[in-house]
Amino acid sequence: MTERTRTENEALIQEVLKAYPEQTKKDRAKHLMVNDKNVDKSKKCIISNKKSQPGVTTMRGCAYAGAKGVVWGPIKDMVHISHGPVGCGAYTRAGRRNYYSGFTGVNNFVTINFTSDYQEKDIVFGGDKKLEKMIDEVEMLFPLHKGISVLSECPIGLIGDDIEAVARKKSKQINKPIVPVRCEGFRGVSQSLGHHIANDSIRDWLLSKRDEDNSFETTPYDVSILGDYNIGGDAWSSRVLLEEMGLRVVAQWSGDGSLSEMELTPKVKMNLLHCYRSMNYISRHMEEKYGIPWLEYNFFGPTKIAESLRKIASHFDSKIQEGAERVIAKYQPTMDAVIAKYRPRLQGKKVLLYVGGLRPRHTVGAYEDLGMEVVGTGYEFAHNDDYDRTMKDMKDATLIYDDASAHELDEFVKVLKPDLVGSGIKEKYGFQKMGVPFRQMHSWDYSGPYHGYDGFAIFARDMDMTINNPCWSKIPVPWKQADKSSLAATA
Amino acid sequence: MSIMPNVIIRKNQQGQLSFYVPKKDLEEMVVSIEYDGPSAWGGEVQLVDGSKYYIEPLEAPPQLPLTLRVKRL
Repeated sequence: MTERTRTENEALIQEVLKAYPEQTKKDRAKHLMVNDKNVDKSKKCIISNKKSQPGVTTMRGCAYAGAKGVVWGPIKDMVHISHGPVGCGAYTRAGRRNYYSGFTGVNNFVTINFTSDYQEKDIVFGGDKKLEKMIDEVEMLFPLHKGISVLSECPIGLIGDDIEAVARKKSKQINKPIVPVRCEGFRGVSQSLGHHIANDSIRDWLLSKRDEDNSFETTPYDVSILGDYNIGGDAWSSRVLLEEMGLRVVAQWSGDGSLSEMELTPKVKMNLLHCYRSMNYISRHMEEKYGIPWLEYNFFGPTKIAESLRKIASHFDSKIQEGAERVIAKYQPTMDAVIAKYRPRLQGKKVLLYVGGLRPRHTVGAYEDLGMEVVGTGYEFAHNDDYDRTMKDMKDATLIYDDASAHELDEFVKVLKPDLVGSGIKEKYGFQKMGVPFRQMHSWDYSGPYHGYDGFAIFARDMDMTINNPCWSKIPVPWKQADKSSLAATA
Repeated sequence: MSIMPNVIIRKNQQGQLSFYVPKKDLEEMVVSIEYDGPSAWGGEVQLVDGSKYYIEPLEAPPQLPLTLRVKRL
């Protein structure tokens, strides 16, 4: 395997851009770059968080997807109403596999789709009455819910319904918090704005609820996990490590999280932030209002986990620092065994990533622990500050792409010839038909957890299972079929 | 027209002042600040990337982090 040089990758970008008309070419050129470690600010090399070009197939979602699917949806003891027509809620139902404990439909509601199912008459006459009625029904059918969030779909903003007024009125009546979230899908350029809107709604409607209430007994070791959505149990395999080293995890945001956990978060000593993109807003707010410092960490792969555990511990006393060393020492033999088993099978394999949130940079350490190399990475909806962080974590001359289109990804894969592509469900079947080993890295391809030491063992197994699967050579890629007669025989 | 963004000013772990403009995802270290004494804080601020901002001087150093409206120079 020879490493690709900067010139080769720059030439590849030019080649890919050739397919576009002049204006699109000019725009897309700003979103593609070859990593240069000497530059410390990404905005000199890459432009991000801009509207996608018309005509290219973007993989992005909408503000509603960011607010409902990512931030609000996993909070388990609240009812999340998809306010508007039925489709948005139906097609985002349970897709992210945010695991939770409890009894669905009794005290937990994550996988149930609540929607106001807008009809023409609601668009014409307004749907506030319908929302009121719906809240009454929720209260009657699911009395153990702790609160309601109202997540607006596009029409709500277009027809000007006053969901804030309904929320205030009904909240008084049922004596539970009701949070109106103005996350209409047309806002912003991607799901990223949805995260921000959701963070702001938590800040404005929930977070200060227990400011006057000091009945919660705190300890000097209280922390919260922010930006872990418990996909396939991620937050659980992270939480055990923090607890083993002596910290007390007060809240999980928002995977397997509950309303009271969120309300108690302002009482913690430190916020631990996994997904920077979706929860930096609330972290910065809590730092300003409550003086709670926040710390980014990375729980993918033993190298990064050990680094993160030590970094977290350095903000606490010697008891926690010893705890961190104890945890690292305890899991090291298991991790060595995992690496001894899988590294020989995966050594030197090339990975191309195109995901969202934190994965394009956070998973790099885990691949490197297995001897694999990330040859290209990119985000659907990152901002400049994500690329600042990414450039530090990636090797020099790595290809980096923002909001890549289907055409760009196809061409990159054809030339870079990665042994594994990690991306989302929209890319999955295209690449599988090209005979390229693929893993859906948004929700771990129905596997997981991947965070923490327990997660790394599963991560390594899954990567081996995918790359070394004998099926890939059996897939008849049409343009690789030299002999047409063999196709005719099987037709 | 002068541009007046909202910024969050905080101290990082090394104790340096950092300047965060949420709307622009700009997070940059502060190189110099005009008044940084016990009796005044603020004034002209220069960032690592060379850009300059003006903070209406406060009478005492504030509790950080702090959200402020500043003027871009």
